Amino acid sequence: MLYRENGQFKASYAADQQIFPILQDRVAIGALLAIAFIVLPLFGSEYLFRAILIPFLILALAALGLNILVGYCGQISLGTGAFMAVGAYGAYNFLVRIDGMPLIAAMLLGGLSATVIGVLFGIPSLRIKGLYLAVATLAAQFFTDWAFLRISWFTNNSSSGSVSVAGLNVLGLPIESPVSKYLFCLVVVCVFALMAKNLTRSAIGRQWMAIRDMDVAAAVIGIRPMYAKLTAFAVSSFIVGVAGVLWAFIHLGAWEPAAFSIDRSFQLLFMVIIGGLGSIMGAFFGAAFIIVLPILLDQIPQLLGIPLSTATTSHLVHMIFGALIVFFLIVEPHGLAKLWSIGKQKLRLWPFPH
Amino acid sequence: MGFFLETLFGGLMAGMLYSLIALGFVLIYKASGVFNFAQGAMVLFAALAMARFAEWIPKWLGFDNLIVANLLAFVAAMALMIVLAWAIERLCLSKLVNQEGITLLMATLGISYFLDGLGQTMFGNDIYSINVGMPKDPAMILENLFEGGLLLSKEDLIAAIIAAALVALLALFFQKTATGRALRAVADDHQAAQSIGIPLNRIWVIVWSVAGFAALVAGIIWGSKLGVQFSLSLVALKALPVVILGGLTSVPGAILGGLIIGVGEKLSEIYLGPFFGGGIEIWFAYVLALAFLLLRPQGLFGEKIIDRV
Repeated sequence: MLYRENGQFKASYAADQQIFPILQDRVAIGALLAIAFIVLPLFGSEYLFRAILIPFLILALAALGLNILVGYCGQISLGTGAFMAVGAYGAYNFLVRIDGMPLIAAMLLGGLSATVIGVLFGIPSLRIKGLYLAVATLAAQFFTDWAFLRISWFTNNSSSGSVSVAGLNVLGLPIESPVSKYLFCLVVVCVFALMAKNLTRSAIGRQWMAIRDMDVAAAVIGIRPMYAKLTAFAVSSFIVGVAGVLWAFIHLGAWEPAAFSIDRSFQLLFMVIIGGLGSIMGAFFGAAFIIVLPILLDQIPQLLGIPLSTATTSHLVHMIFGALIVFFLIVEPHGLAKLWSIGKQKLRLWPFPH
Repeated sequence: MGFFLETLFGGLMAGMLYSLIALGFVLIYKASGVFNFAQGAMVLFAALAMARFAEWIPKWLGFDNLIVANLLAFVAAMALMIVLAWAIERLCLSKLVNQEGITLLMATLGISYFLDGLGQTMFGNDIYSINVGMPKDPAMILENLFEGGLLLSKEDLIAAIIAAALVALLALFFQKTATGRALRAVADDHQAAQSIGIPLNRIWVIVWSVAGFAALVAGIIWGSKLGVQFSLSLVALKALPVVILGGLTSVPGAILGGLIIGVGEKLSEIYLGPFFGGGIEIWFAYVLALAFLLLRPQGLFGEKIIDRV
């Protein structure tokens, strides 16, 4: 009744090709942005920002980057944590070693260093695929873990092996309070989400999907696999690298390589699978799900009066994630995003489905 | 020279253990084309079950005999692994037939997370020990050849012998029994095997059980050496480069790959490590596997199955 597109005629190509062709969608996304930018900063508590919203935004960004590689181009990666680490340490070195380096420039340069490493470890994807590629990306993971731990140049010869940044500011505005951190992350995530959405709608995005669906056929119709795969690796690791910068600089403040361990890589892959392979929206769903579920599992037994130790909770979280991964792969390989779009489809016809 | 040989032996022993884990990967990949990421979690699960059953069973039944307790615990743990294999086949794999390899890989990743959680919920998350009466003291050999002789851990030696026996047993099973022949037929061609009346589902349960058996043996050996704890699940990640190196479809490849990785790791740590700042053990195996992937993607003995586009 409320959600229908009858009478919304498109008179130009631009109108036909916009991201949200239905008026109600535009209103909803506008309202969502208004809530995110205006209402939440006014009323959100510090806990909400620190524990939920900031990690959610940053991991959603990383999942977005990974989704371009896994969901759109079909190249599996278990080294996401490594690319995040390269972004974080790259940006750190640019920030520390060059006087007066602005934060945004350092962030983009961090992303670029992740791109370089990403393309380097993406080169094997030209010859191998599937689980072989998974091992190649695992190599990236373990190698960077080691490099940032052992090669002291990367950590600016810090004696403890952990590095920290302080006094961040963007265009003269300090990023200290949770609200300002949140807003900074939100702006970055919005910009990159829009960019990613448009990339996947463009020629290059279609090339990625063609490679994913059947690489032989894609090569036959004139898509260069090397170009398509390496651009997917480049774009993906750029976004993941920027997410790594945000995670280290904004969320953690001080960090060591363990922050980007293989667990992080798995976590991001799970976000992409649960949220929806090959969907921008899915990255956000997946991130929200994986951030919120452990917190809920922590809170609910307490509310019900059942004491659960933290260890048990974390094991339960493991089990639930594992079971959900299998469940989603069997029942709905396109994840929460697909469920969302099914819901929307149903809503279009409601209340007269025939 | 003595030191070099000692490192070499140490590497060979460690490699034998990697081979044991890699064997599980190869078995399942051969028979069902699934790359079983959960093998590490299965090793942890089996070792936890073994350690805890060996502790609980004497309490339940009220006797005090290490050998009987271990035997009963082994049987119980093996039964658990068979139930697990059956459940995995029923609830997961049978629903994912004909899916792409990448989907199956992610599914086993999910299984591995589930098993990690389940094992630690059921059996607790402390560090447990498995005591199967392995001798802990090292032995000296070749004392007349070298000054001071070679220090060799008896435990490692026994582990290596068990691993070798297991491989021989599996080779016999695959070559000589009817079930083994059926397994090889399924590995060659699912459809053809099915059309001559080999029940795919039962074969998968069997092969996952055999992989569970390999996991149990690996878990007992690793567990009695290092104690049973969560990090056991990560050791299995080391088996990935092993199977890449040896070839995914080859049992001898898994053994040789394990030995190469084990020896390479130890020797590189000692002779190359100082140039890199130490700790290169962590990534040496992976980078070696990566180099192999670029030059010879099918591994040392694997079948050439990769289509390159």
